[in-house]
Amino acid sequence: MEDSVVDDHMEVEETLNPMWPDNVNEAGSQFNVDWPKEDQDMLKEVAINAAEPQEIDLERLHDMTDHSDKGSSQLAFLVKHWEYKQENAARLLKEELDRLSKQREEVELKRLEILEEHRFEEERVGADRYSVSVLEELYDFYKVVPKKKHDSPVETNKGLEIDAEYDTIVYWKQRAVILEKLLKESRQREQTLLEKLDESIKNMAEQSTPVEELSQMLKRADNFIHFILQNAPIVLGHMDKELRYRFIYNHYPSFKEEDIIGKTDTEIFSGAGVKESLDFKREVLERGLPGKREITFETELFGSKTFLIYVEPVFNKAGETIGVNYIGMDITDQVRKREKMAKLREEIAVQKAMETELNKTIHITEETMRAKQMLATMSHEIRSPLSGVVSMAEVLATTRLDKEQRQLLDVMISSGDLVLQLINDILDLSKVESGVMKLEATKFRPREVVRHVLQTAAASLKKMLTLEGYIADDVPIEVIGDVLRIRQILTNLVSNAIKFTHEGKVGIRLYVVPAPYSGEEEEEDTSTEEKGNSAHPYGDSPYENSDEPGMPVSPLSKDQVRHAVIFPTTVWIRCDVYDTGIGIPEHALPTLFRKYMQASADHARKYGGTGLGLAICKQLVELMGGHMTVSSKEHCGSTFTFVLPYRVSPESDDQSDDPDELPDASSHHDTTAADDHTAGYFQFQPRTLSSSISGESRNHNLLQSNYGYNMMPDINPVSENFASVSPTPKELETEHTSPESCSRHSSGDNAAAETSGRNDQCVRDERNVSENQRSLDMEVGPNVSRGQLHEPQEVPTIQTCDTTLQSTASSKPEVDRAEEKPKILLVEDNKINVMVTTSMMKQLGHSIDVVNNGIEAIRAVQHRDYDLVLMDVCMPVMDGLQATRIIRSYEETGNWDAAAEAGIDQPMHSQDSPLDIPDSSKRLPIIAMTANALSESADECFANGMDSFVSKPVTFQKLKECLLQHLP
Amino acid sequence: MTNPTNDTTIITTNIFKLLKENLLTKRMSNRVTELQKEFVYYTSSLFDQGILNDQFNHLQLLQDESNPEFLAEIVNLFFQDTQKLLDDLTKNLEQENVDFLMLDKTLHHIKGSSSSIGAVGVQNACVAFVTCSNEKNIEGCWRCLEEARNAYNVVRSKLDTLLKIEQEIVAAGGSIPKPSVEPDEE
Repeated sequence: MEDSVVDDHMEVEETLNPMWPDNVNEAGSQFNVDWPKEDQDMLKEVAINAAEPQEIDLERLHDMTDHSDKGSSQLAFLVKHWEYKQENAARLLKEELDRLSKQREEVELKRLEILEEHRFEEERVGADRYSVSVLEELYDFYKVVPKKKHDSPVETNKGLEIDAEYDTIVYWKQRAVILEKLLKESRQREQTLLEKLDESIKNMAEQSTPVEELSQMLKRADNFIHFILQNAPIVLGHMDKELRYRFIYNHYPSFKEEDIIGKTDTEIFSGAGVKESLDFKREVLERGLPGKREITFETELFGSKTFLIYVEPVFNKAGETIGVNYIGMDITDQVRKREKMAKLREEIAVQKAMETELNKTIHITEETMRAKQMLATMSHEIRSPLSGVVSMAEVLATTRLDKEQRQLLDVMISSGDLVLQLINDILDLSKVESGVMKLEATKFRPREVVRHVLQTAAASLKKMLTLEGYIADDVPIEVIGDVLRIRQILTNLVSNAIKFTHEGKVGIRLYVVPAPYSGEEEEEDTSTEEKGNSAHPYGDSPYENSDEPGMPVSPLSKDQVRHAVIFPTTVWIRCDVYDTGIGIPEHALPTLFRKYMQASADHARKYGGTGLGLAICKQLVELMGGHMTVSSKEHCGSTFTFVLPYRVSPESDDQSDDPDELPDASSHHDTTAADDHTAGYFQFQPRTLSSSISGESRNHNLLQSNYGYNMMPDINPVSENFASVSPTPKELETEHTSPESCSRHSSGDNAAAETSGRNDQCVRDERNVSENQRSLDMEVGPNVSRGQLHEPQEVPTIQTCDTTLQSTASSKPEVDRAEEKPKILLVEDNKINVMVTTSMMKQLGHSIDVVNNGIEAIRAVQHRDYDLVLMDVCMPVMDGLQATRIIRSYEETGNWDAAAEAGIDQPMHSQDSPLDIPDSSKRLPIIAMTANALSESADECFANGMDSFVSKPVTFQKLKECLLQHLP
Repeated sequence: MTNPTNDTTIITTNIFKLLKENLLTKRMSNRVTELQKEFVYYTSSLFDQGILNDQFNHLQLLQDESNPEFLAEIVNLFFQDTQKLLDDLTKNLEQENVDFLMLDKTLHHIKGSSSSIGAVGVQNACVAFVTCSNEKNIEGCWRCLEEARNAYNVVRSKLDTLLKIEQEIVAAGGSIPKPSVEPDEE
């Protein structure tokens, strides 16, 4: 730019010279050969003076390229300036002329005076040197013209006077001649000057017309602009009112002038953006306000390019728009860069967000890990020493203590238990809260769960309470959910209910509700329950109770059944745990589910507890995607309700994951198993009430509630035959057996396990029923009721056992067995499995015999009377299936022929104690141990005479259940 | 119950706090607890990596004062047994006529042991192996054998380390931490 500016100046100077009328200089040169330097300076000065505004002018012009609409004013300015310059020049010339003419006049006058004075001396010839003086004079004259106008005449006179030497005629003559000559020359000069002046004036008028001057300047400006715009990616244009191009300057000319001029944008090219630009121009035209806009063109002509367009309206004198000026600049690269930048910024932002998110996740993960770690350690570190304390205290309790000591010890143990419970609760809670708690999806039977929970509660019940369970028909037999947690919730709620209930009943009610659960409905339901509960505050009449829960479901049930059929995936089951207890005051309801909160300090004192149970329940329910509510009326009772979604398992699958149901699921020969699944009502009566049960008159269908647990009447038609039977034959069996067997009942679960285990051997025998009936009134004592409490674990049909009579007949061995530890045989070839199973059994309090294959197993069975055989299926020499077949064949036929066929020696009967000889008529429980391989499917196990199976790897849980089920 | 005049809530919370503090201070000073921590952490890392499963917890629970060497015994038994059986498998596969029945039996054995130990990797490899064996796919068998061997080596090195930690704990006079996740109680 600098350079160009300098150039400009130079150009200006050069080109400006011609502005000054050429003939002035020429005249100067013509005037004199030795043109004085000063004179030139003077002219130059003038020239420079004249150039200065021009320079300013051009700068202005440069500005004006930016504001081209001010062209007219610019022109006016130029003209004015030119006029001023011309005026100046003319004035100077005129002044000069004036001076010259004045001098001429003076000279004329002098000549006349001289002529008059020296008329007679005119003939005298003057010397030539005077010309020089004249020239000098002229020089002087010229020199002083602008400055000292009066000097020259005086000097001239003076010169003339000084030149006069003496008063001779010759002298005067000469002088006259010289003067004459001088005068002549002077005149001639004057004439030339005049001519010149005329000519100059004429030339001035002719040559330096403003148009020429202006066009020259404009041309220069044009050049200038071209020079500047040469490489600028700019399009300039002017369009008329119809938006037709009237002028265009385009750096990349791709059209000829005639292609553009007189056309609109749309006529010239087409593509995206063209219309927009035209519209924009039209808008500017209409609104009369300049505007800028960025428009992206997508044309065939120049591809994809973005232009920043400036459009300004052009007005005529009347203020109407007559067109637009248009400047467009290609900013494609800038736009691209900008977009790229934006994209980059966006990416950076996204990345940053991701980073923070990641950091957060990492943080959370770390926290979780730490929490997990902490929990793992905590649970161990606190629980194990504490359980040490508690168990030591328990050991201490077995020793001889006086009354006071025992009381203290009781407090110690119960406190220890409380702390243990508290720790477990806290761990549960923090597991849920820290997200460590994992839910497991297992298949289970809601009815079984309810029954089991109630049964467990009944087992430790110390109050006169009726426990009941009601399950609506539409509740699926099997659902999928986390049975462990659900059971935990139920147990918690039920034990809570029992704790706060002193008389009446505690119950669980299950029914299906529509999936999007509404609060209103809940209100409605709970209110009906409230009514129901308050109407029968001491609802010890099972009849009424069993009817009542059906009500809230009935309007829904049909719909629900269909719903379940159509959408078998999820079902929402509502569970109410209700009681007729002390209830909860209204003000305590909001804080009920909070941690460490109990209704009041009074309650805490009176009832104990950690105050965590309900909080855990609620958290668990919410973790499983459900919700939990409570409604209560003081002194009437409370109802805790939770609604949970479950998946419904395909109905064809008979197998349940719930460990408690394993017995039912596996004992296929149990004819009543199927009925059991659909039982809808259970009841557990208070122990002391059982004696009066038989006397109660009620609908024969419901009489069976006396059995300890009741079944829906239509499911078990057989039971109708024994409508009048109160205690089950099972109980009768226990009555028949010796007192020892009764005492066995008092050992809790063991008794139940025994009875259920023996149920497997039972064959339905109606003949015995009459016997049972006869002995009905024989014994109704505490022992019976005790048995009754455990009864629900077994299959509640009218069954009598062949062995019942047998065992009564030969009660002695049975008693022996009851007192001794059960004899268990493990048949397993894998040493590791042997070791694991043995250790587990040891921890469970059993020592077992181990053999390594089927043949050894048969030998062992031949020589000893086992209570249970755990049989691996895949074994070398003889596999478990074959061994089982042989043992079963012995049980059927009473001889070991099948064993002999397989190459096993006959056992030596005589050598063994008669008591140890296996009783061929008794069915030995054989449990298969399978690794779930194809070759050892459950069906095959059953087909070969096995009673159930334990899948490998064996765990405590599995073993415990197996023992419970099959061992007396 | 024990303090009928005080709010049980406050007491129990305080008890818990005290226990926690006690635990923390104890951990700071005690070398045994350091080791125990490491043991627990290492064990849980094995579970997290899927090298062992819950079954191993059951085994750990089986070890008590009356049977202090149980875990080491059974693990070492597993090592010997499996090593031998894997060699048997290799020999069998190298034969011209592969005895698939024998293969199946050996596999069954390994599968049983590994599932009892809780060595999931070996167990899974065996399951795949059985499938290959049933298809009489010798190439697949080799692959599965390789897998099983790898899984075995992994579990062996891990369990070795674990046993070493256990020994150190015992040497330092501590007791082996029982798994925190107890088998499903109910």
